[in-house]
Formats: sequence, structure tokens, C-alpha cells
Amino acid sequence: MQPDDDTLTALIEAHAKALRLTIEPEWMASVKAHLAVSYRLAGIVEEVELPDESEPAPVYEA
Amino acid sequence: MSTNPETAGAWATATEIAADVHAGTTSATAVIERTLARIAELNPRLNAFTATTAERALAKARAIDAARGKGNGLGPLTGVPFAVKNLFDVKGIPTLAGSKINRAHPPASADSPLIERLEAAGAILVGALNMGEYAYDFTGENAHDGPSRNPHDTTRMTGGSSGGSGGAVAGGLVPIALGSDTNGSIRVPSSFCGLFGLKPTYGRLSRARSFPFVSSFDHLGPLARSVADLAVSYDAMQGPDAEDPVCTKRGIEPVAEVVRRGADGLRIAVAGDYFKTGGHAEAYAAVDRVTKALGVSREIVIPAAGRARAAAYIISASEGASLHLDRIRTSPKDFDPDVRDRLIAGAMIPASMVVKAQKLRRWYREQVLALFKGVDAIIAPATPTVAPLIGQKTLVLDGVEMPLRPNIGIFTQPISFIGLPVVAVPIPLQPMPIGVQIIAAPWREDIALRIAHTLEQSGVAAAPRPKL
Repeated sequence: MQPDDDTLTALIEAHAKALRLTIEPEWMASVKAHLAVSYRLAGIVEEVELPDESEPAPVYEA
Repeated sequence: MSTNPETAGAWATATEIAADVHAGTTSATAVIERTLARIAELNPRLNAFTATTAERALAKARAIDAARGKGNGLGPLTGVPFAVKNLFDVKGIPTLAGSKINRAHPPASADSPLIERLEAAGAILVGALNMGEYAYDFTGENAHDGPSRNPHDTTRMTGGSSGGSGGAVAGGLVPIALGSDTNGSIRVPSSFCGLFGLKPTYGRLSRARSFPFVSSFDHLGPLARSVADLAVSYDAMQGPDAEDPVCTKRGIEPVAEVVRRGADGLRIAVAGDYFKTGGHAEAYAAVDRVTKALGVSREIVIPAAGRARAAAYIISASEGASLHLDRIRTSPKDFDPDVRDRLIAGAMIPASMVVKAQKLRRWYREQVLALFKGVDAIIAPATPTVAPLIGQKTLVLDGVEMPLRPNIGIFTQPISFIGLPVVAVPIPLQPMPIGVQIIAAPWREDIALRIAHTLEQSGVAAAPRPKL
């Protein structure tokens, strides 16, 4: 699940191009660190097995 | 001016100020003049306010005094000064949301409905408060306006993102401030600054005319130095609002009288498992004081709280990036670098991950609501540590050095993720206070406030007064 460093770099460069985002070279390490955390935490979420019928909660009512 | 010499002047609570104005022992004008003078004196040290609204506040105070002179009815917050995080619209000034970019926005054309409702109850807005840029922080630091400073130790963080709200109330500049809480931004500054903070149920209070961050989790609410002040201000702000599609259609459910009922008969448990790891000793010392005072011995496990926190992180990163995508495309250098780099990374999270996180949210909600069939409230730490030093970048949790900024919210995020109401209560440890969360089922703010009031009455929870 967790992309390696080269994959993260490639992902960021491709996304930056597709989304028309400028990333200065000195920002890259920080952006990469944040994206790595997101992938790590998304992996924790991904591990939860939910049925196909599970509904998301985009509009939530407590 | 106060009937209680112990709480005279700056430390008067909102309810004491209103009682004095009602009784005619002071005037609203005198209260506001004193408040503006204290802000002028202390704000250079605390950096809590980014704008004051002196002219309008004095005009409103004079109008209140004139109305009182004519015997007109007065509201429950008559003459009470308050301030708002600068993401609330304040008529006549741009809504900064802690940013440089929004300074170019036109002034707001109207106040936020929560300001309107507080002023309808007699309260008087005196200004707008510092905050982390676009509410994406837990520190209270701001690259453009400088950090909010903790009145208990100005070298330490207030916590954020409602940092100025914490500093202004803890420093005795105002008795009540409004903040926002997406992942903990009311509860964290309440914990670090030693205040009572109410994050109501998701959808309880209107968010109209406030600058958003993560619509799925954004809440607004008050910070104060007493439970009574939380309750009276919360009551004044309740009620439906068609301007906010998330705002409940439920009627007003007043709590100001209910909070005095005490905690007898309530089934209270302390959160175990996830909430028993990662915090420093003081976080658990504070929880112990609360559980001992309430006679709580039962422990309960909130299932998958760590996964809930992970899902909250993913949704926040993605929704926040979506909100700001055009700004990070066109003006990336105008952002606080710490915020910008998180937003850029958030724009690159695959949608499949976000949808799974939203599915987990509904599943987790069902699990937690089932717990509330057997308990009325759950006790948990608010923050893993007391206020860190301003500029501190890392935090040691369970022996591992972690980035500080995202990890201050480890105990608050699993709760706001499903919109549960929480009162953060301050435990006055030395040398720095720390908060404990009193968590209730949806729409049961009354229960959390009753427990908070009980703790306040026993002296276990109290907002300590800093030496300034």
C-alpha cells in the first residue's frame, strides 16, 4: 500500500502537472512527507473490511 | 464593579457581567471601555486580536445603556463583551481565516448569524481573533500575524486553530470567544489555555457566513472560563438556519438551567484502548482526577478509534485541498509554507481512499452510537500533552518522535469525525493546565455540560488565572 520514495516522487510530479500546481524544489520533501502520511493512514482505513453495500456519509446526520 | 470581589474586573464571567448591568451596578459602556483598555494593554503580549471593533462596540453599549434607562427588556448576555475567530464574517472587515490571501477580499457585508444571535441576547462584539491559516493547524501559530501566545506562559502555544480565542479568554480579555472545531480546534486551545470549550453536535449551530475548512467536520462553538457561560452563550446561538444546509431543524433545547442538575444517575465510563496510549503522564493525570471525582471505574473501548482518526485525517486533507485548490495553483507563495505543503499533498489523495474513509465514518458512527445505549458519557484526554513551546516541530509519543502539528489532535479527531458533542474541561495542573473531554451522544450537550458543571462545582475543573 505504502508507495516507495521514487513512486511518491513520480506521483507528485505527475499530479502537479495534471493539476497545474507549481512545486518549488525546496517544497518537495515536505509535500512528499505529507503525502506519505496520507498513504500510510489510508492504508489503516483500507484494512477495514466493509460490505459492498456500505454507504458513505458525505452528508452526515448525527 | 462585580458583586463578587474575587471575580471583579477582567475575570468577571459573562453571567456576572450581565447580572451587574441588569442591576445597574455598572453600565455596558463601562464594561466595554474597560475591555478595550485591557485588550490595548495585553494584546501586544498575547497577539490574540487581529482587529478590534471599538466604535461599533461602544455604540452598541451606549444603546444598551439607553434601553435600560427606559426600562426596556434586557437579554441574558446584556453588556457582555465577546470576540470571534477571524473566520467569522464581521460586517465591515474582510474575513481573513488566518490567511494573507483573504486580506484582498472585500469587507463582509453582514455578521455571521452566531454573532447576530449573541448580540440579540445583549452581548457586544469587540473584535476578531488570530488563528492558524485556514484553520489547518493545532498550534495557534500563524506565519502572517505571528503566533497566538498562551497567557499561562507566553513562550508556549495556545493550541489551534482557534488560538486567539484561547488566548483572549484565558488572558481575561473577554469572558467568551467563538471558535471553530473541525478536528479539535476548540478543544485543543481549551486544553492548552485551561478553558471550558464546547464543541456541539455536528449541525447544531449554524456555520453560515463563516469561512469553511472541511465541510464534513466543521463545527462552531464557544470557549469560556465557566460552564454557565458556555451554556448561556450556547443557548443564545441555537436554532435552525436555512443558510447552512447542515444546520439542524431541531428547535432550541436550552441548557442554562439544566446544567445545575448535577451528574447523579448518569452512566459514565472512561475511554480505554486507543485513548490510553500515546499521551504524556499529565494527560492521564488529568483524566484520573476527573474519573476519581465522578466515581467512574468503568472502562469502555471505542472500537476502531485509531482507524477513525486516520479516516478523519484523509477526509480533512482531501476536502481542505479541494477547497483551496485554485489558491494553491495561483498563489502558492502567499500561503504559510506548513499549510501549503499539506494542501498540495492533500490534492493528490486518490478519491477511492476518501470514499472508503467516508464509508468507515458511517460504520464507525453505528458502532459508537451502540455504545451510548449503555453509557451516557465517555471521558477521554483532550490533548496528549500540555502546551508545547512556540516553534516546536516534533512531539514524542510513546517514545517515538512524531511531527507535532498533525499529532496534537490524536484524541480529538476520532470524536469530531462523527460529530459527537464534547465539553473540554480544564484541569489546573501545575505549571500548565490540560483538558479532558466529556463526550456525549448526539444532541446531548446537556449531559456533557452537567458533568462539566459538577466537576467545576467540586473544584476539579477550573480555568486558572494567569499572572499577566
